[in-house]
Amino acid sequence: MKHLLTVTDLDAATATALLDTSDRLRQALLGREVRKLPTLRGRTVITMFYEDSTRTRVSFEIAGKWMSADTVNVSAKGSSVSKGESLRDTSLTLSAMGADCVIVRHPASGAAHRLAAWADKDRESTGTHTSIVNAGDGTHEHPTQALLDAATLRDRLGSVAGRRIGIVGDVLHSRVARSNVFLLATLGAEVVLIAPPTLLPVGVAEWPCRVSHEIDAELPGLDAVMMLRVQAERMTGGFFPSSREYAVAYGLSDARAAMLPEHGVVLHPGPMVRGMEIAPSVADSARAAILAQVRNGVHVRMAVLYHLLAGAPE
Amino acid sequence: MSDLFIRNARPYDDDAVDLVVRDGVITEIGSGLEAPDGVETLDAEGRVLLPGLVDLHVHLREPGGEESETVETGSRAAALGGFTAVFAMPNTAPVADTDVVTAHVRRRGAEVGLVDVHPVGAVTVGLRGEKLAELGTMATTAGVRMFSDDGHCVNDPLVMRRALEYASALDVVIAQHAEDHRLTQGAQANEGVVASRLGLAGWPATAEETIVARDCALAREAGARLHVCHVSSARTVEVLRSAKAAGVTVSAEVTPHHLLLTDAALTSYDPVNKVNPPLRTAADTQAMRAALAEGVIDVVATDHAPHAAQYKDTEWQAARPGMLGLQTALSVVVHTMVEPGLLDWHGVARVMSERPAEIAGLPDQGRPIAVGEPANLVLVDPEEPWTVRGAALASLSSNTPYEGMRLPAVVVATVLRGRVTARDGRVVERTTA
Repeated sequence: MKHLLTVTDLDAATATALLDTSDRLRQALLGREVRKLPTLRGRTVITMFYEDSTRTRVSFEIAGKWMSADTVNVSAKGSSVSKGESLRDTSLTLSAMGADCVIVRHPASGAAHRLAAWADKDRESTGTHTSIVNAGDGTHEHPTQALLDAATLRDRLGSVAGRRIGIVGDVLHSRVARSNVFLLATLGAEVVLIAPPTLLPVGVAEWPCRVSHEIDAELPGLDAVMMLRVQAERMTGGFFPSSREYAVAYGLSDARAAMLPEHGVVLHPGPMVRGMEIAPSVADSARAAILAQVRNGVHVRMAVLYHLLAGAPE
Repeated sequence: MSDLFIRNARPYDDDAVDLVVRDGVITEIGSGLEAPDGVETLDAEGRVLLPGLVDLHVHLREPGGEESETVETGSRAAALGGFTAVFAMPNTAPVADTDVVTAHVRRRGAEVGLVDVHPVGAVTVGLRGEKLAELGTMATTAGVRMFSDDGHCVNDPLVMRRALEYASALDVVIAQHAEDHRLTQGAQANEGVVASRLGLAGWPATAEETIVARDCALAREAGARLHVCHVSSARTVEVLRSAKAAGVTVSAEVTPHHLLLTDAALTSYDPVNKVNPPLRTAADTQAMRAALAEGVIDVVATDHAPHAAQYKDTEWQAARPGMLGLQTALSVVVHTMVEPGLLDWHGVARVMSERPAEIAGLPDQGRPIAVGEPANLVLVDPEEPWTVRGAALASLSSNTPYEGMRLPAVVVATVLRGRVTARDGRVVERTTA
């Protein structure tokens, strides 16, 4: 594995190996007084975030630090970016400084692909070797989110294969949904997208999933339901009439959560809009694995850095 | 005006003949002709001779965008691509919305002298789609025959109606970039399976189809001539077909890239494939080819759109739309139309020379290869394949989507009024003698 740009790069064996590594790293850290593994000592990991983010950036930074990598955070604000430097120049500059890995979040879909293409070209001419990790690119993908979701589902349900997972909400604009649909399908899960037609992409029929507009009809058959954040700005685009109507039609209320089977898990990639797509009581209930997702996020990202920078373990 | 003797050329791939050109006009055609004394001889070695190609849609970027292309570099690309006339779109800085700018572009073209550069005037002031530009002044004092806000759609139906009505009295054509802006807000790629997977906001084909349908209705009422730029979707073809059947004076163009390339190329996110209208599906390219063969789409126009590397070698969303086309157009048409048997060489002459000249009202281009006609010609080797290299193209920019692709047909020579402007892949500079 040279870069992690899209979950399409991961076959079932590779994805499972990453999840296994994540489990092993979690075990290795368990009960340690000093939560640090020496694996990536001397390696430089740079996070380059062009969008505001707390959980993902911090999660990657902690993952790097727990692996003993030197981590540096670059944010779009206060760097050359605000002076109008191109993405290409910024990325080549970081490569030239010796970054072993650049973790990028960018509002443009495909930004990580571009970084990887530039890094590979740069490698041909200078011999530098920079791995690129996509930490969210526009409305395209967020691969480590899908990996941490899969890790959480594996913990809670014992397996991903054969399970039915519902993804509810703004699929159209969601990179989390895209990564999850394709990774979960790769891992053998059955995926159901539940959303109004305006929030589903054209061509979704070609995806390895089923589509539904009726959340109540689906909930009893789901092993897990993933609620997507509804961004307020979508409302001004007329994708749905009002937040009230959305909450009534697609929000995960207490009554709806009770329709899930007993083992049914509730996931949310965060940040949550409590009262909109998810009732506060559901978010704080025992079904909710939302904080487990966050915990797994660190281990999964450690696993990704490990596989990229130290090579997949035997 | 120049003299030239062309030996052993096959007009439209028909029987080989020799041609004598005097003062830029074909004066004799026959076999076994003697080369006149002291006249330059072009030995065609049995290759195909066509009327010089006419491109209704290029961006030469001058004035204002000289880091991407100039009238000179664009003219060189045109001559090497087999063109003897090109129409330069008005989205320059300043916009070509006055007789001053349009006259300037025409003069620059004449100074370079490699291809007839015809300025396209803007329909509205500043391409803003609000207020009509001085179409009459541009038509009468700068000889502008075609108007377009290309790059932008004349979206307001009332403005478009007035433009068509006003143009009808001037006998000029309005060329519409058909894109309903409301339906393409933030659009980055063809709306469909590929864009959805890549997370790129979709440009729905309906945004083209609805404007074309509307404009055909408006043109019919106004009794005006409408030309539809860069048709990209199969359903637009159906709209054009029924409008033509109903007697609307509408013509349409397709680009070489919409004949050949599809949105499947987008998965690398390399913005060299970003273009407006976007690359569509394989079914659309097939529909474009069929419509061009049938004549529902009249002509091939390149939409040659050079962009300097800093505008292209970026993330997809930030990249400017557009791709080079002048030096690859004929090869792509041969590949997509001639090789599958959809067009013969008479057909190529029709869609790349005769019909475009007719639409734009050029009296001296797209003419038959016959005695008494102007010697605007292109000599093509249909057999010879070549590999496209952006860096080797004459344009100042190198944003070709065909990089590394092997294509058929090489332009051996281009002749503008009897003067050879390109020969064996090199521009022939004008001698001052």
